Amino acid sequence: MSKHHFAAPRLSFRFLPIWRRHFLVWRKIAATSVLGHIADPMIYLLGLGYGLGSLLPEMGGTSYIVFLAAGTICYSTMNSASFEALYSAFARMHEQRTWEAIMNTPVTLDDIVLSEILWAATKSLMSGTAVLSVAALLGLTHSLLSLWLIPLALLIGLCFASLGLIMTALAPAYDFFMYYFTLVVTPMMLLCGVFFPVAQLPPFWQTVAQALPLTHAVNIARPLIIGYVPEGLLLHIAVLLGYMLLGFYVSLVLFRRRLAK
Amino acid sequence: MSVVLTAHDLRKSYANQVVVNGVNLTLNRGECYGLLGPNGAGKTTTLRMLLGLIEPDAGDIKLLGLPVPQAAREARIRIGVVPQMDNLDPDFTVRENLMVYGRYFGMLDTDIEARIPSLLEFANLTQKKDVKVPTLSGGMKRRLTLARALVNDPDVIFLDEPTTGLDPQARHLIWQRLRALTQQGKTLLLTTHFMDEAERLCHRLAVMDLGRIISEGSPREMITRNIEPQVVEVFGETASKWAQEFAEIYSTRHEVSGESVFCYVADAQPLVGHLQGHPELRYLHRPANLEDVFLKLTGREMRE
Repeated sequence: MSKHHFAAPRLSFRFLPIWRRHFLVWRKIAATSVLGHIADPMIYLLGLGYGLGSLLPEMGGTSYIVFLAAGTICYSTMNSASFEALYSAFARMHEQRTWEAIMNTPVTLDDIVLSEILWAATKSLMSGTAVLSVAALLGLTHSLLSLWLIPLALLIGLCFASLGLIMTALAPAYDFFMYYFTLVVTPMMLLCGVFFPVAQLPPFWQTVAQALPLTHAVNIARPLIIGYVPEGLLLHIAVLLGYMLLGFYVSLVLFRRRLAK
Repeated sequence: MSVVLTAHDLRKSYANQVVVNGVNLTLNRGECYGLLGPNGAGKTTTLRMLLGLIEPDAGDIKLLGLPVPQAAREARIRIGVVPQMDNLDPDFTVRENLMVYGRYFGMLDTDIEARIPSLLEFANLTQKKDVKVPTLSGGMKRRLTLARALVNDPDVIFLDEPTTGLDPQARHLIWQRLRALTQQGKTLLLTTHFMDEAERLCHRLAVMDLGRIISEGSPREMITRNIEPQVVEVFGETASKWAQEFAEIYSTRHEVSGESVFCYVADAQPLVGHLQGHPELRYLHRPANLEDVFLKLTGREMRE
């Protein structure tokens, strides 16, 4: 690891053609991709929401399915950004050598990493918006404030895309990503208030939950769906942005080291 | 003749292993320059430093008048690269590959569109323009990679082992295209370990080994400077026994490699005459070539 690996990111608008490339590829396989990113969260939302929800009078001051809708939007946006930043970005970097081809043009690695984050966040935006639309059709959103979930989906996407790229930069092969999904993504889904309030956890795990980005995403999303402005909004946004910047910088340093051979 | 690339005393080490150890290079406009060397000689690392993709530990590079790596991004606007391993976009068709790649150079879609027909024709891929990359043959993929490297109409083209893995027909077609490029005034820098390729294409070449350039010149100069003009290869079970007795008498220099003996001579007639009296041995008399120079300079041991 040498000192220029730690240099500040040098960004340019040359990331745009790369984003456009990813979009073109996505357009060719959009049908299956939409199915995966929307059908899966909808099955959880409807199955658990109506099934389990019929046994629960209310949760967090609202019906269980409304409670769950907010959580589902957050975890599905987390998932789509994570999958894109891990599996798809790894394929482009390692298997297809798309990054190598791009770096022979006036585009730099910094531009590529930025484009990967923005593209993965775009996928989050699409899946978040899709799940929100279905939730609205089912009458689960209670005010126009819920439209703020659209930019929130983008922010959640940016945050988890950046964090996921750290794993991509370290991964020797696809198997490695199992660790991240099993030890990071799944525990977050259970600890961060997606299915039940964080307050139900033992005190130690409540403290852990406060440090995790998904908790802060859920804390913004849920009040917006129910119809009021979240408490401590700026803090929650700051945590998500902080994780995003950290992930971007750390992954960039690691990619520079990995590809400097 | 104007200079398009200079590199002065380039050095690069990884984890205390020296990969490039003081390389000096000058490329003139319109020439094809070959970098030859066994695996691990430092060819690809040198190319990547010249492109500004890795930072040298020491040394200066000027590419098209711009300092590299500081202004590598600007320099690469006028460079084309054919990488060692194919990295075409498998999700796209032939035409889409050219389109998407042109955009990375900041070219407008209309300008790329205008260039695509001539690029397809150059690469003999006009019929295949709407075919997806995975269905192309190895030779077609290489030609598409070459066409892609030309999308920005570069002044200098870097080619890292452009014909490795191709059949003879495909190699000849690539060679023909590369010659056409030098005739158009493009400057080519290529690495290869095919000596016939270097001999046919390169105006000048350098042999690299262990991170250094150990000899440089035109293919002809390299042969006359480094080696005797005639080679007689002697084969057979008794060849090494024959060599112990006679090789030194009849040749200036000889090398034994398994059941073959390579005899290097200025005048082959006395040796050929002698061999005619040894029917148990087969022999091949030929002029010395670049491969002989290469093996003399870098040795016959395997590099892994």
